[in-house]
Amino acid sequence: MTLTITLIALLVTMAFALIRAIKGPTVYDRILASNALGTKTVLMITVLGFVVGDPELYIDIALMYVLIGFIGTVAVLKVSEFGNLGQPQSHTDPEDP
Amino acid sequence: MLIEVINIVLLALLAVTAIAAVRLHDLFAVAMMFGIYSLLAAVMFVLLDAVDVAFTEAAVGMGISTVLMLGTIGLVGRHERASAHRSLLPLAVVVATGVALIYGTLDMPFFGDPDAPVHQHVAPFYISESPSQTGVPNVVTSILASYRGYDTLGELAVIFTAGVGVLGLLGLRRRKRPGKEGPHDDR
Repeated sequence: MTLTITLIALLVTMAFALIRAIKGPTVYDRILASNALGTKTVLMITVLGFVVGDPELYIDIALMYVLIGFIGTVAVLKVSEFGNLGQPQSHTDPEDP
Repeated sequence: MLIEVINIVLLALLAVTAIAAVRLHDLFAVAMMFGIYSLLAAVMFVLLDAVDVAFTEAAVGMGISTVLMLGTIGLVGRHERASAHRSLLPLAVVVATGVALIYGTLDMPFFGDPDAPVHQHVAPFYISESPSQTGVPNVVTSILASYRGYDTLGELAVIFTAGVGVLGLLGLRRRKRPGKEGPHDDR
């Protein structure tokens, strides 16, 4: 029963985050909504593990989601701050005197 | 019952995300929508007990392809240009194809039908034999990593070759660019 309520609450939260990601006037609303959705995904996979009855495996998957989501967040924030993912030779040009 | 409700809600969220990704004109937001889409799809795969596919979807969809799309946005700018041609003919083609495909599914067995050929051909063998033959607790994992191990190895070779090719192209461009902007080309 508790797990059912938790799952329904997670789905509602995901729907709200999705609405904010679609409407969100600024980039930062969307980044935050995407991040919140990632967190809700991790929570949902963990709760599903307890529903299915195999929590260890599902918690491993959830941990990997956290790591992957961190890479995506870093890339998104870098692009929103600098406009690209970095030009490695723009600052230190070896041929430039 | 609960799993079906979650499936339906997740599929609805997937549809909303896909439509939003098509409708939005800010490409940065579209990249975020694709990330959200792959997160939701990964939950669907976890619900279908295909954890390896979910792993791949999370790593590729949310991780690498978001990074690649953002890198592309850094190169081409983040606003979509208005389309010059009419979209009525492609829409008609897509609708006709969709109707034909839906018509084609009418002859298929119902979803979850235990008598369907796909559940009668090799699936019972894998379900009954894979734990003792491979020692892997998850059936999908045992098929991907053991029964189809050489296929997966071939896929890895293809992906590695593609990565090397892309790296070669990028390396060529990067070597040219300082020469173009540098003092040698201006003389």
